[in-house]
Amino acid sequence: MSAPNTADPSGARDHARAMAGTKVEAMPTVPATGAAHLPPGVAASEMIWDETLAAGGYASRQINRGARLRLTDLYGDACASLLLFNAERPVERLNIADTLKVQWNGYLGAGRLLLSDMGRVMASLLEDTAGTHDAFCGASNPASNARRFGDGFNHGAHPSARDRFSLGVAKFGLGRKDIHPCLNLFKGVRIGAGGETTAQIGPFPPGRHVTLRAEMDLIVVIANCPHVLDPRPDYSVTPLRASAWRGPVTPVDDPVRNATPEGLRAFLNVEDYFRR
Amino acid sequence: MTQTPPALIGPVVHDAVVPARAPWLHTLTRGQTLRIIDLEGNQAVDFLIYNAADDAERYSAQDTIAAQGNIFLREGSVLLSNEGAPMMTVLSTAVAYHDTIGGACSCESNTLRYGHHTKSQHACVENFLIANARQGRGKRDMVSNINWFMNVPVEADGTLGIVDGISAPGLYVDLRAEMDVTVVVSNCPQINNPCNGFNPTPVRMIVADAAGASLVS
Repeated sequence: MSAPNTADPSGARDHARAMAGTKVEAMPTVPATGAAHLPPGVAASEMIWDETLAAGGYASRQINRGARLRLTDLYGDACASLLLFNAERPVERLNIADTLKVQWNGYLGAGRLLLSDMGRVMASLLEDTAGTHDAFCGASNPASNARRFGDGFNHGAHPSARDRFSLGVAKFGLGRKDIHPCLNLFKGVRIGAGGETTAQIGPFPPGRHVTLRAEMDLIVVIANCPHVLDPRPDYSVTPLRASAWRGPVTPVDDPVRNATPEGLRAFLNVEDYFRR
Repeated sequence: MTQTPPALIGPVVHDAVVPARAPWLHTLTRGQTLRIIDLEGNQAVDFLIYNAADDAERYSAQDTIAAQGNIFLREGSVLLSNEGAPMMTVLSTAVAYHDTIGGACSCESNTLRYGHHTKSQHACVENFLIANARQGRGKRDMVSNINWFMNVPVEADGTLGIVDGISAPGLYVDLRAEMDVTVVVSNCPQINNPCNGFNPTPVRMIVADAAGASLVS
């Protein structure tokens, strides 16, 4: 094969255009209606986002009220660290402490809610085939990755969840002050009687997934980096798929909406917010 | 855990009583010690820390928990920033453990926890917002906090909640600043759960400056 002619703009253009159509694992499907792996029961025409995040990758995306977002741990070793913002007014964001305290429980799973700092439900956890999640230990940062892997540079082989968050929020005009405490999906932490943390790192069977329902218009920021308590000496993480599709706004007889008095008030508050 | 407060290192440079329900903001230089005294017992002291030189760096409960492998703050706990830097160290305390997962009460979360009749009640986030506003900080600066003298156990199935306190009148916590920090306190006004024994009370803040101490004892 001869070297490409990139000595002049026409040659460089031809060279660039010849790359089109290349397939790699970690990439978005654009448009999302072309998704190769549709969630069961979802028509291709309803797909609004289909993207595979690389090991160490990230994505940020707006999804609107009623949309469903499924995150799939394709190979059993993903760690989806999640930030959520009200897309209309991003100063409202996921509040981990309120999410746990209001629901009187530290372990999130199917039927639980993700709550904002304004007393509103941001998302409902509709499905969870993983059961190992972490609301306590947060994101890795460049220093913690440097201690574990030798370097933690965003431009290197061991990017941290915090740097990935910085990039994800920047794409929506947000900055360091907006990176709030996060939720880690697929890697778990349990709390012992003396307050000690025990990490559930796996690796786990492939294909575990979590499905969220957006209860307001959301900016979703996801980083897929090794959990901060992962003891393995290598940077161990595998690709993650994000699939989102349109769906109806939660009806008043929804069982998740009505499961607890505190959760119902979080729905009443978000319904009140949209009464305009 | 130390029942009797040790002697503070260096001269006292600040000594204030924070009234019940009130905010308090103070900047400590590296090496200074802040002693918080729970004057009447079981008074939650909600606490934020900012790097005084760069307030986008601030206390992170998650980083602190991950690094020490425990949700409770005890003697020896190092309070880490969102970027992993030590901000303060718990030098000494007469209380077995303190909370950093329970967050701060707000008007909005009160509507979820207790009902919409509590929306007009004073809350910690209101104290944090009004104290921070004087230095140009706002709602984006409301992040994870510490609750000194507050008790939030987690049971085996994950059940958690703010329960009766384990502090008592006169008990204290001593914190050494590991960088120049601005600390913001809400002397918690909550009356709907036991974090203040249903009766908010004053707390005392004493700052000692080790730089003023003789190096030769």
